[in-house]
Amino acid sequence: MEQQSQRSVSGSVQSPRSPSSQPYLCVSVTDPVKLGNGVQAYISYRVITKTNFPEYQGPEKIVIRRYSDFIWLRDRLFEKYKGIFIPPLPEKSAVEKFRFSAEFIEMRRQALDVFVNRIASHNLLQQSEDLRTFLQADEETMERLRSYETGIFKKKPADLMQIFKDVQSKVSDVVLGKEKPVEESNPEYEKLKHYVFELENHLAEAQKHAYRLVKRHRELGQSLSDFGKAAKLLGACEGQALGKAFSDLGAKSEALSVKLQKEAHQLLMNFEEPLKDYVRAVQSIKATMGERANAFRQQCELAETMKLKEINLDKLMLTRSDRVGEAEHEYKELKAASEEATKRFETIVRLMNEEIVRFQEQKTRDMGIAFHEFAKGQARLANSVADAWRSLLPKLEACSFA
Amino acid sequence: MMGSENPGFEEAHLFASREEMESLVLDDPLTTHHPNNNNNNSYSSFRSANSSISESTRHPLSPPVLSNPADSDPLLSPPVYRNPNASDNNSYIEPPSYADVIFSPFDDNSANEINRIDSTSKDPDSSLSLSRSSSSSSDYIKITVSNPKKEQETANSLVPGGNTYYTYLITTRTNIPDFGSSEFSVRRRFRDVVTLSDRLAEAYRGFFIPPRPDKNVVESQVMQKQEFVEQRRVALEKYLRRLAEHPIIRLSDELKVFLQVEGRLPLSLSTDVASRMLDGAVKLPKQLFGESTAVVAPHEVVQPAKGGRDLLRLFKELRQSVANDWGGSKPPVVEEDKVFMEKKERIHDLEQQISNASQQAEALVKAQQDMGETMGELGLAFIKLTKFENEEAMYNSQRVRAADMKCLATAAVKASRFYRELNAQTVKHLDTLHEYLGIMLAVHGAFADRTSALLTVQTLLSELSTLHSRAEKLEAASSKIFGGDKSRNHKIEELKETIRVTEDSKNVAIREYERIKENNRCELERLDKERRVDFLNMLKGFVVNQVGYAEKISDVWTKVAEETSGYARDS
Repeated sequence: MEQQSQRSVSGSVQSPRSPSSQPYLCVSVTDPVKLGNGVQAYISYRVITKTNFPEYQGPEKIVIRRYSDFIWLRDRLFEKYKGIFIPPLPEKSAVEKFRFSAEFIEMRRQALDVFVNRIASHNLLQQSEDLRTFLQADEETMERLRSYETGIFKKKPADLMQIFKDVQSKVSDVVLGKEKPVEESNPEYEKLKHYVFELENHLAEAQKHAYRLVKRHRELGQSLSDFGKAAKLLGACEGQALGKAFSDLGAKSEALSVKLQKEAHQLLMNFEEPLKDYVRAVQSIKATMGERANAFRQQCELAETMKLKEINLDKLMLTRSDRVGEAEHEYKELKAASEEATKRFETIVRLMNEEIVRFQEQKTRDMGIAFHEFAKGQARLANSVADAWRSLLPKLEACSFA
Repeated sequence: MMGSENPGFEEAHLFASREEMESLVLDDPLTTHHPNNNNNNSYSSFRSANSSISESTRHPLSPPVLSNPADSDPLLSPPVYRNPNASDNNSYIEPPSYADVIFSPFDDNSANEINRIDSTSKDPDSSLSLSRSSSSSSDYIKITVSNPKKEQETANSLVPGGNTYYTYLITTRTNIPDFGSSEFSVRRRFRDVVTLSDRLAEAYRGFFIPPRPDKNVVESQVMQKQEFVEQRRVALEKYLRRLAEHPIIRLSDELKVFLQVEGRLPLSLSTDVASRMLDGAVKLPKQLFGESTAVVAPHEVVQPAKGGRDLLRLFKELRQSVANDWGGSKPPVVEEDKVFMEKKERIHDLEQQISNASQQAEALVKAQQDMGETMGELGLAFIKLTKFENEEAMYNSQRVRAADMKCLATAAVKASRFYRELNAQTVKHLDTLHEYLGIMLAVHGAFADRTSALLTVQTLLSELSTLHSRAEKLEAASSKIFGGDKSRNHKIEELKETIRVTEDSKNVAIREYERIKENNRCELERLDKERRVDFLNMLKGFVVNQVGYAEKISDVWTKVAEETSGYARDS
C-alpha cells in the first residue's frame, strides 16, 4: 500500500503530509461492501479524496462508487485524452463477480485504487473535469451520468470504445490496418507497434505461469496438510518415541501448509496481479494506437477531400460559376477541419512519445517492486521451511539413542 | 564416494519400483502369498518337518544375537549431517546426496540422472545391514539382476519356432561362508522365481517372507517387450535383495540353490493348481469308498490343506472352519494368545496408517514436482522476455528491466532445479512407506499360515473325538454279543489303527502350529525393531533433505531480493 501513496502525489516525491504549498491529490479506494441480491449483486467502494487543488471542494471528500462508475471515468478519459495511455481497469469477469470471493474483492479493490491514483498523478489527466466529477459528485448524479453515457456509447456503431472495452483486444485488426489502406509509414512507429504486440504475447505467457505458480503453492500447501495428518495418525499408531517423531513431523507439516497458503496469497497480490496489470497496460496502449490510426486516417481523408475541393474551386473560378461563393465557403470549412485533424493527429503523436517514455520507466519500477516482493516472499517461505524442519532434527537424533 | 555415508536409501530405478509397489499394494493379500503349494514329493515335506525340529532348538532370531541399532549405525551420529565446508556449522547446506547430483544447466534430465544411478555404484545392502540389526554387521549378500536374454523353449513346443522366454543373469557377491564361494552367477527365468517363492512358502511357514513379483500376465501382453523385461528385471532384483535381507531366509537352502546351481531347479515341477486339483479329484472317490487312505498322514499335516491334493482333508477342514464360525460349541483349541491378538489388531491398524501415509506421500511428491516444473516454466518465460526487451530496447529503462528480469529468471530456473532434486530424494526416502506395505503382505501370509495350521489341529482333534466315539460304540455293541463279533472286532482293530495314525498326525500338527506361532512371534519382534530403525532413518533422511534444499532455495532468492532492494527503498 505504501507504493500507492507515492504515486498519488502529483509529480513530487514528498508525502501528502508536507506543507500545503505543495499541490497534492491523494485518493484511496476502500471498504468494499456487497450490495444487492443474486445476479444484480454488486460491490460498492468508498472513495476518499484528499487534496488541496483549488478546483476541488474542500480538503477531503468521500463518495460511494461502484465498478461501472470506474468504467465511465475510463471511457470519458479515453475519449477526451487521445494519445495518453489511459490506466487500465481490472477485468469485468462476470463469473468471478458472481462468486465474489474475498480474494477477488480484494484484488479488484487494489486494482481500482491503483487505477485512480495513476490518473491522479498524471500531470494531464489529473486536470480532467470528469475526474473531479467522479471524485466528488453525489451518487444520484453519478448514476445518471453513468447510465446516460453507456446508453450513448451503445448507440454509436463503429465506436472504438467498443473495442477498448473488450479486453481481449480486437484492436489489433484496426491498428494493423486490415480494412484501412491508409497507414503511417513511420519506421520508428512501426517498430513500436511490433514491440507492443510482441510484448503482450510474452507478458501474457509470463502471467499465465505466474498464476499457475500461485496454484502450485496452494496445492503443495494442501498436500503438506494431508501428509501431516497422515503422519500424525501413523504416529498415534506407532506410539513411543517413533510415534512422537511422526506426530511432530505431522505438526510441522501442517504448520508449513499454512505458510504456503499465505505465500500463495502474497504471490497472487504482489506478483501475479502486477503482471496482469502490465498486460492490461499494454492493451491500453494498443487502444491508443487505434486512436492514433483513426486520427491519421481522418487527417488523410480530410487532406484528400480538401485537395479535391481546391481543384473543384479553381475549376469553378475559371468558369466564373455562381456557385463559387458556396464552394469557397465549403472549402474554408474543410480547410479548418483538415487543419484541426492534423493538429489532433500531431498532438496524439507528441503525447504518445512522452507517454511511451513514462510507460517504460513506470513499468521498470513496477516490475522491480514486483520482483523484489516475489524474491522476498520466496526467501521467506524457504526460510520458514528450513527452520521448521531443522527444529525436528534434535528430536530425531534423540529418538535413535532412546 | 558419498555412498557409504548415505542413510538406508534404496538405490535407483525409482519409477519402476514405485510402480511395482503400487501393483503390490493393489493385490489381494490372500492370493499373492502362496502358502498352499503342496506337493506329493515326500522329500520336501520331510525336509520341512526336519527343519522345523532343528529350527525350534536354535532360533537365530532370539534377542541376544541382535545388536543395538544405535551402536551399529554410524548414520545415526550427528557428524554425517555436517558439511565441513560450510561456514555456518549449524546449516545443513550439503544434503548427504548432493554429491550424487550432476549439475547441468537447463537440463531436464538432471532428475533422471539421479534416478538412474547405476545400482552397482552404491552398496545399499551394506548400508542397510548397518542400519538394521543383523547378526553381524559385516555380513553381506549383494545380488544383481542383469542382462536379460531371449531364449528358445527347446522341448515340448507345440508351435514351430516355439515358445520364447527371457532369462536373467543373477550375480551374487557375498562374504558369508555358507555359500562356499564369494562371487557366482546363474541364469534364471521367471518360472524359477515362482518356484523359489513357492518352496520358501512351504518351508518357512510363519515367517514374513517377502512377496515375489507378480506374473503380470496381462501386462506382458500389453506392454512393450523392452519395457516389460526391464520392469521385471528391476522387480526381480528388488525381490532377491529383500530375500537376502531376511536373516533366516538368506541362509536357506532354497535361496542358495537358486543363486548358485545352474539349470532347472531340482524342485517341484508341477506347481500348477489345476493339476493338483485334478489329482485330488481323482483321489477323492477312492477315499470316500475307502480304497485310498482317508487318513491324513503325519508328514502331510505340516502343509496346509488348501491347494493340496487331498480334497477330502480340504473338505474336512472346511467343515471344521464352518463349525468354528457357526457351530454352537467352541472348537477344541482356540487362538488363546491374547498378546498375539492384540498385535494382530495393531498390525492391521498400522497397515492402514502406512497405506494412508504412503498415498499422501505420493501426493506430496507430485505437488513438489509440479512446483518445480512451473517455477522452471516461469523462469523460461522471463528469459524470453529478457531477450526480447534487450533486442528491442529503445530506452534505458528497458535495459534495466531486462537485467532485473534476467536476475529473476535465472533464480527461478535454479530454484526449479532444486525442487526437482529435492523431489528425487524425497521419493527415495518416502519409498520406505511403500516398502513396508509390501512387508505387510508378507505378514498377512505368515498369519494365514498360523490360522491354517490351527485349523488343521482343530480338524484333527474333532476327527479324533469322532473316531473315539465310533470306537466306543462298536466296542459296546460288540461286547453284547457273546463270544465276540468277528467282523465288528476287525473293524475295531482298523479303527484303533486309524486312531493311532491320527494321534500321531495330531501331535505333529500341534508341533507345527506351535512352531509357526513361535516364528510369528520372533518375526513380529524383528519387524518392530527393524521398522523403528527404518522409519526413523526415513524421517531423518526426509527432514535433512528438506532442510538442505530449503536453505539452497532461500539463498538463491535472498540474493535476488538484495539485488532488487533498490526498488524496496522507493516504496
